[in-house]
Amino acid sequence: MSDTGIHSDEIHQIGGETIANPRLAEAYRSSTIRLYTHRLNSVSGFAGFERLREAGREAKRQVIENLDYYLGQFADNVERNGGKVHWADTAEEVCRIVVDIVRRATAKEVVKAKTMVAEEVELNRALEGAGIRPVETDLGEFIIQLAGERPAHIVGPAIHKTRDDVSDLFVKHINAERTNVPEELTAIARRALREMFQKAGVGLSGANFAVAETGTVVTVENEGNIRMCTTIPRVHIALVGIEKLIPRLADLGVFIRLLGRSGTGQKLTTYTSLLTGPRRPGEDGPEEMHVVMVDNGRIKSLADPKMREMLYCIRCGACLNACPVYRKIGGHAYGWVYSGPIGALVTPEFVGIGQARELPFASSLCGACREVCPVKINIPDMLLHLRSEAQQHAPKPTEALLPERPAFRLWAWVMRHPALYRLGAKFARWGQFPLARKGWIRKIPTYPVSNWTKERDFPALAPESFRERWKKL
Amino acid sequence: MAKPRVALFITCLADQFFPQVGESVVKILRRLDVDVTFNPAQTCCGQPAFNTGFRDEARSVARRVLDLFEDADYVVAPSGSCSAMVRVFYSELFEDDPDLLRKCRELQKRFFEFSEFLVRVLKVEDLGARFAHRVTYHDSCHLLRELGVDDAPRKLLRNVQGIDLVEMQDYKLCCGFGGTFSVKFPEVSVPMGQDKIHAATETGAEYLVAADGGCLMHLAGLIHRQGVALKTIHLAEILAQR
Ligand code: SF4
Repeated sequence: MSDTGIHSDEIHQIGGETIANPRLAEAYRSSTIRLYTHRLNSVSGFAGFERLREAGREAKRQVIENLDYYLGQFADNVERNGGKVHWADTAEEVCRIVVDIVRRATAKEVVKAKTMVAEEVELNRALEGAGIRPVETDLGEFIIQLAGERPAHIVGPAIHKTRDDVSDLFVKHINAERTNVPEELTAIARRALREMFQKAGVGLSGANFAVAETGTVVTVENEGNIRMCTTIPRVHIALVGIEKLIPRLADLGVFIRLLGRSGTGQKLTTYTSLLTGPRRPGEDGPEEMHVVMVDNGRIKSLADPKMREMLYCIRCGACLNACPVYRKIGGHAYGWVYSGPIGALVTPEFVGIGQARELPFASSLCGACREVCPVKINIPDMLLHLRSEAQQHAPKPTEALLPERPAFRLWAWVMRHPALYRLGAKFARWGQFPLARKGWIRKIPTYPVSNWTKERDFPALAPESFRERWKKL
Repeated sequence: MAKPRVALFITCLADQFFPQVGESVVKILRRLDVDVTFNPAQTCCGQPAFNTGFRDEARSVARRVLDLFEDADYVVAPSGSCSAMVRVFYSELFEDDPDLLRKCRELQKRFFEFSEFLVRVLKVEDLGARFAHRVTYHDSCHLLRELGVDDAPRKLLRNVQGIDLVEMQDYKLCCGFGGTFSVKFPEVSVPMGQDKIHAATETGAEYLVAADGGCLMHLAGLIHRQGVALKTIHLAEILAQR
């Protein structure tokens, strides 16, 4: 059974459990810091990196601002190359299209490469419902499929699993011998998967980039399994989010360098595959190539100038690794398939702010995400925008006497009137008298300050404010 | 050159909780022969409401700030976060009103965070201060990433006599304060603060110094609750010591 539905309103609970679980907390801490450091090392010695970021951002801006044009160009070129293009507005449509293709190919198994879009549309559930077996061939995806979990990270889905966790899963689900040697674990997974590549009639992948100029689907990986998924089975299906386009083949050089360095700190990932149509006479490769263009909420973001930039994302995962909040609460706390800073943008956008209203608040707005983002997405700024959307469209039921909006109305009223501000401060000084000891308050019972004093002391107001002292200065 | 006229934006936090920060700023600026004024009609910059998603409320408070400082050469605030609010986020608050936006842009040109003002505008790096302790500097995220100021506080600190300035591991990492984040996500905010305190104590520093009352209040509150042997201090307080 795999995890489904949207649990973003459980962020406090799931995040809290991760923080309280030493093994999980350590797995997140060490993997994110490792990836963050690799990235840092690979970009700090590279003088041209800033220029690459600018070039990448500009190419994405060009695509997103003229998306209809590039979509048309890409689709025409895919068909010209002999592929078939399908358009899917919703998750259900994606699933239906894929199931239809698999059925027509009379396949019982689908070998899958890692694709976040498939996670997003819950493709595995749809395939299983249609009696088709989805086989994850990415090691991380294979692990979380066995665990019945969602990806914990957009690049490393099993980043939260220790070697012992993985071994436990292999022993339990595929009768493997216990080991915690990484190479042996990989070999176990390889053996379990190898025959599947031969057997499966359909291979399914995502796309890291889709080149409009040539109709090429580009995948980037380290394990080699994507290459096998896309070439061995008779039919290849690529799920492509409509934001994955890049204008020209020449831009690819910019993006694969940005992606490798930002994601894992590699100059270049091990395999970069350019898939331009199905096999031609005398070549290897699938007989059919289907490209499913996925909207599923993206066009809505495209129409919103405040959020549009979110579509520049190349899903490198750097913002997750850099984010001090993600490092603590982990990926599952975000309650859907995308996590970290980009997840806190994508999830409310795709599933609606009502179901994910806490996510934009799950950030100290430190800006570490923007600092590492290869295409310089202003994530904190968009989180702030979503916060105001949340307050307008999905106000939170409150634990306090006064709900947040009236509380802030009152606050603003006081702040607009210095006399009231002074008066309020005076009252607070009287009010704190029984609570304050040597300049500190240990407990304030009223929400939200009660949340502060659970584990922190609160400073008492100074005996005299600056404005009072100023008169004597 | 005529004496530069500086209007203080003291920030509500320093006004009510840390008045000694404001006093230190006044002391330092006067030593530098700056004409310092304080307009008592000021309250808050509006950031708490803005960061919580209440833009109308934030705007109504921010509008006053646009009017309060019309005749000062410079406005100086001893907080990276409040300075970032004015310098960066005000543009967003007033983007739909051309008149207010013009006023906002005009104020932004004259508005500086304290250390930034000393180093970049007055071009002073040595204030003749003395503070014979080991300290470590914590970059507040807004000062560091919204205003891009990381050199000014360090330059000023390095010139303090007797000081031993050491860097923390991952010194750019957020301390977990984050405004209302600190009470909305205390379960995350607190361990982030603990990491920062750990990094600071690892350096052997006696003091953690920062240029933002918010971070200091959060870290000091944790330190005090847990009885950690580390003191917190605002940059201005060190620079005012003789
Ligand atoms: S938002 Fe930027 S850093 Fe985060 S995954 Fe997307 S491209 Fe990478």
